[in-house]
Amino acid sequence: MMIYLMCLVLFCIGLYCIVIKRNLIKIIIGIGIVHYAVNLAFILVAYRFKGRAPINAPGQVIENMVDPLPQALVLTAIVIGLAVTALIVAIAVRIYEKYGTFDITKIRRLKG
Amino acid sequence: MNNEPERPGMTLIVKTITRLTVGLILLFGIYIVLHGHITPGGGFAGGVIIALSFIHLMLAFGKELALKKVSEAQASFFESLGAILFLSIAILGFVGGYFFLNFFLKGEPFRLFSAGIIPLCNIAICLKVGAGLFAVFVALVLLKGIGEKGK
Amino acid sequence: MLELYIILLFMIIGAIIAVQIKDLLSSVIAVGAVGLGLSVAFLLLKAPDLAITQLVVEILCLIILIRATIKRDIPSIRERSGWLAMFATLAFIGLFLLFAYFSLKDLPQFGHPIMRVANNYLKQGLKETGAANIVTSVILDFRAYDTLGEATVLFTAVIGVLAVLRRIGRKKPGEVVREDE
Repeated sequence: MMIYLMCLVLFCIGLYCIVIKRNLIKIIIGIGIVHYAVNLAFILVAYRFKGRAPINAPGQVIENMVDPLPQALVLTAIVIGLAVTALIVAIAVRIYEKYGTFDITKIRRLKG
Repeated sequence: MNNEPERPGMTLIVKTITRLTVGLILLFGIYIVLHGHITPGGGFAGGVIIALSFIHLMLAFGKELALKKVSEAQASFFESLGAILFLSIAILGFVGGYFFLNFFLKGEPFRLFSAGIIPLCNIAICLKVGAGLFAVFVALVLLKGIGEKGK
Repeated sequence: MLELYIILLFMIIGAIIAVQIKDLLSSVIAVGAVGLGLSVAFLLLKAPDLAITQLVVEILCLIILIRATIKRDIPSIRERSGWLAMFATLAFIGLFLLFAYFSLKDLPQFGHPIMRVANNYLKQGLKETGAANIVTSVILDFRAYDTLGEATVLFTAVIGVLAVLRRIGRKKPGEVVREDE
C-alpha cells in the first residue's frame, strides 16, 4: 500500500509540473515524469514475492515466476512514449521558429 | 576566432573512441535482436540500440559523413520494408487457419532456429524501429535554428 | 524490499529537483537520473527485458531533448504565476490523492497478484511456442495483434515528425542552404 502511494506521489509531481509551469520545455519534462510513473505502476502490480524472471533456463524447472502479461504491455508502451516525446519536441521547435519564445502565455497573444 | 579551417564534428579524442566502438555497438544490437527468444531483449531494444549506433556516428563526425553511410531515403525505405514484412508474416498465417498463426516448425527449445515465426517478427520490428528513430533524429538535426543567425 | 523503497525515494527527490530548478540543462539531466533510477527499479522487480529497453530509450530521449532545444533557448526571466493558480492546483491535487487512496485499497496486496490468464501462458509457453523467453512469446505469439497496433502507432508518430519538420518551399538549383552546425 505504501509503495503504491509513493508511485502516485511521483505521478502528482509530474501533473503539478504540467499545470503550473510556463516554459514549454518544462511541460515536456512533466509529461516524461508522468510516463515513468504510469509504467512503474503497472509493473508494481505484477510482482510476486520470491518470484523469478519469466525466462526459462535449460535443465531447470522454475516453479513461481512473476506475472508476464503487464511486462508485455509496458514493453511497447516505453517505445511509444519515446516516439510521442519526439513528436512534441518537433512541434515545440516549430513554435519557437514562428513566435521566437517558449513562453506559453505569450504564444496566445501574438497572432498571425 | 578560429585560425584553422572549420572541421565538423567533435574533438580528436571523441573521434578515435568512436572509430573503435561504433562497430561493437552495432554488433551488440544485432545480437540482442537475434537472440530475442532465448535471452531478455527482443526487437524493440535491439532496434533502438542499432539506431543509437548510427546517431553516435553522426554526433561525433558531423552530418555529411553519417548521411553518406545511410541517407534519409534509405532510412525511409527500410522503415516501410519492416512494416510490410511484419504484415506479410501476419497474413501468411492464413495458410494454417487464422491471422497470425505460428505456422513454422518449432524446433527444440534453447536453439537459435526455434520458435516458429518469432525470430522473423523480431527482425521486422528491429528494422522498423531502428530506421524510424534514425529518420526522426536526422529531421530534428537538419532544421535550421533561429537563434544562430549572425553567429 | 528495502532497496525498492530507497530507489523510489531517489526518484521522487530527482523529480522534485527537475521540476523546481530554473536552469534548463540541469533539469533535463535530473530527468535523466529519474529514468535511470526507473531502470534499476525494473531490475529489482525481476523484469530484465524492460530494464534494457528503458535504459536505451532514456539515453535517446536525453539526446533528443538536449540536441533540439537547449541550443535554441534564449534565456529570459519568467515570473511566477499568481497565488490563486498555485492554491487551486494544490487543492485539486489534494482531492485527487484523496480519491485515489480510497480506490487503491481495492488493488490486490503487493506481492500476491491475481494471475488468472497468465497462469495459462506460464504453463504452456514453452510447449506451444518453443520460445524460452515468455515475455517475447506473449508479445509475438499470444498477443501479436497488439504488437501490430503498436507498430502502426510508431509509424504514425514518425510520419508526423517528418511532416511537421519539412522545409517549406523548394530549393532553387545552385542555392546552398546554410544549415545547423
